[in-house]
Amino acid sequence: MPDMKKTREGFGRGLVELGKSNPDVVVLVGDLSESTMVSFFAKEFPDRFIQMGVAEQNMMNTAAGLSLVGKIPFLSTYGAFATCRCLDQIRVTICYSDLNVKIGGAHGGISVGPDGATHQAMEEISMLRVLPRMKVIVPCDYEETRKATLAAAAAWGPVYIRFGRENVPVVTNTETPFELGKAIVLRPGADLAIIACGVMVFEAMEAADALAKRGIDARVIDLHTIKPIDKTAVIQAAEECGAIITAEEHQINGGLGGAVAEVIVRHRPVPMEFVAVDDRFGQSGTPDELMTAFGLRSRDILAAADRVLKRKTERVF
Amino acid sequence: MIRQNPYRLSIEQMQAKALEIRRDIIAMLVEAKSGHTGGPLGWADVATAMFFHEMVFDPQQPKWPDRDMWFYSFGHVTPIHYSALAEAGFFPLRDLMKFRKFDGHLQGHPSNLDSPGIEVSSGSLGQGLSIAFGAAYGSRMDNHPRRVYAFMSDGEQQEGSIWEAVMSAGHYKLDNLCALIDYNNIQIDGHVEDIMGLAPLADKYRAFRWHVIEIDGHDFPQILSALDEARATKGKPTVILARTVMGQPVSFMRDNYEWHGKPPTREQGEKALTELGTSLDQWSARLLNG
Repeated sequence: MPDMKKTREGFGRGLVELGKSNPDVVVLVGDLSESTMVSFFAKEFPDRFIQMGVAEQNMMNTAAGLSLVGKIPFLSTYGAFATCRCLDQIRVTICYSDLNVKIGGAHGGISVGPDGATHQAMEEISMLRVLPRMKVIVPCDYEETRKATLAAAAAWGPVYIRFGRENVPVVTNTETPFELGKAIVLRPGADLAIIACGVMVFEAMEAADALAKRGIDARVIDLHTIKPIDKTAVIQAAEECGAIITAEEHQINGGLGGAVAEVIVRHRPVPMEFVAVDDRFGQSGTPDELMTAFGLRSRDILAAADRVLKRKTERVF
Repeated sequence: MIRQNPYRLSIEQMQAKALEIRRDIIAMLVEAKSGHTGGPLGWADVATAMFFHEMVFDPQQPKWPDRDMWFYSFGHVTPIHYSALAEAGFFPLRDLMKFRKFDGHLQGHPSNLDSPGIEVSSGSLGQGLSIAFGAAYGSRMDNHPRRVYAFMSDGEQQEGSIWEAVMSAGHYKLDNLCALIDYNNIQIDGHVEDIMGLAPLADKYRAFRWHVIEIDGHDFPQILSALDEARATKGKPTVILARTVMGQPVSFMRDNYEWHGKPPTREQGEKALTELGTSLDQWSARLLNG
C-alpha cells in the first residue's frame, strides 16, 4: 500500500509555509478551523487569522475587501458552501473585479462519506470554471495540495483549490514539479490516455498497472489545473493515444471531462469516455463503499478502457 | 501629501456643487436613454458632502495608498457615482455623455476595471458592506488611518448577507468603518415599508452593536456633523441613516417610485433642467466640452 495522507493537511501546511514567507497572507474561516486544517495557521499566526463564523457569503466578500488593501486572503470552508452558496459573490465581486482571493474548498467529492449529499461537493468544477478569470485546481494528494496552495498565492487573481476529507494515497513527491496550468504526465503510454484529477489520479495509476499486464500502455495525466486547462497536454494525448478517458470525483456534467472534451472536439476529436458521478446526488456511507457504489474505482476506469479501445479500433467517434 | 479631502468646500459651495451634479445626472440620463434617475438625485447631497468635503483621495492617483475607500453597494445609482467622480476630477465630464454606451467606459453598473475611482464592481445588491468590512479590517491590521465607507440603499437591507456583515462589523468593533444608508423608503416595486418593511432600522443596527445616527440627507450641516460624530466614535462601527427624498428636488420625480429605474425623455429632461435653473442644450454642451 502507498503512503496515505490527507489533501486538506497539504492545504493547512502550505498555508503555514506561506505565512512564514509572505506577511500579506491572511486566512479566513467559516467556523471550520480544525476540519479545513487552517488551525495550523491560526496557531502560528493568530493576528493574521480571521474567524468569520457561519456566514460564508460575508466571508467571501470580506476576503475581497482584504485583497483590496493588499492582503492575499485564503478562505476556507466546505466546497459545497464556498461555491454554491457564494456563487454571486464569486462572480460579481471577485471574478468580475479580478480580485486576488484564494478559495479553499474542503470536503470535495463523494469520499466525504457519512455526512452525506449536502456536504459532498461534486459541482465546484462546473460552477467555477465558467467564470472568467477563475482558476480551478484539484490536486491529487497531500504534496500536490501543498504545492498548489503555494502556487495559488503566487498567481494573481481568483483561485479555487479543492481538497478532500480522507487519507488518500500519495502519488507525487516533493521532487515532482508543479506549475499551475501545466499537466503532469505521471506515466507514459500511447494506447490510450487517462486524464484525471484529485484522488482519481491514484485510481488511474492502478488502472494503468492492470492494463499494462494486458499489454496496453496507458498514459496517465494528472490534470491538477482544470482551468486554465493545459491544452497542449490534452491535444498531444489525443494525437498520440487516439483515445481518452477522464476520471474525476465530480458530477459528470461540466467537470474535468467536459473541460477535456471541449478541447479535443475542437482540436483533435478522438473517442472519449467519462468516469464520474453520473448526474446524481451522494448519500451516507463509508468512503470506500461510496467510491465503489458511485463508479469511481480503477475497475470503472478499466471498463471505460474496454469501451474506448473498442471505439478506437472500430473508429467509432 | 496630507491626508485630507482635496476640496473641503464650504456648505454654500457644496450646495452649488450638488446642483451641478443633479444637472449632470439629468443630462447624462437623457443622453443614455437608460438608467436610474430617482435614487441618484436623492443621494446627490450626501455624495457631494463625501466627495467635496469628507473623503480623502487624490483624483490624479486613484490608487493612492493613503486614500479612504468607498463602496457603492447599491451599484445602480451610477449616475450620482459617476457625476461626482467626474466633478471631483477622476475623469473628464464629457465621459458622462457616454454613460451606458458601447464606446464609453462608464458601465451601467460600476466596473473597477473600466473606470477610475471604483474599488470593486457592484450591481448585485447586498455585497458592499461585506467588502467594506474586509477593507476596514485589513486597514486596521496595518494601523492604516483610512476610513472605509459603504453606501447602501434601504431596499437592499432586505438582503440577508448585509446582516452577516452588520453582525461581523459589530463583533469586531470596526470603528474605521462607516455605513451610509440612502433611506428614501423607495424600491423598484413601491415603498420599502410596503414591500418588505425595515422599521425599526435604527434599532436593528443598534442591536447588532452599531452606533446609529439619523439625519436629514439633504441638510449639509447635519451630514457633516454626522460624519464628524462617526469619526469620533470609537469601539463601534457607525451607520448614518440619511433620510432622503428620491428624485429631490424635481417636482414630478420626488418620492415617486416610478422614477427608480427609468431615465427622463428629452422633454422630461428639459422640464427637470428648467426647474434646476438651466436647459438641456446648455448643460449637455457643458458636459460635452468638459
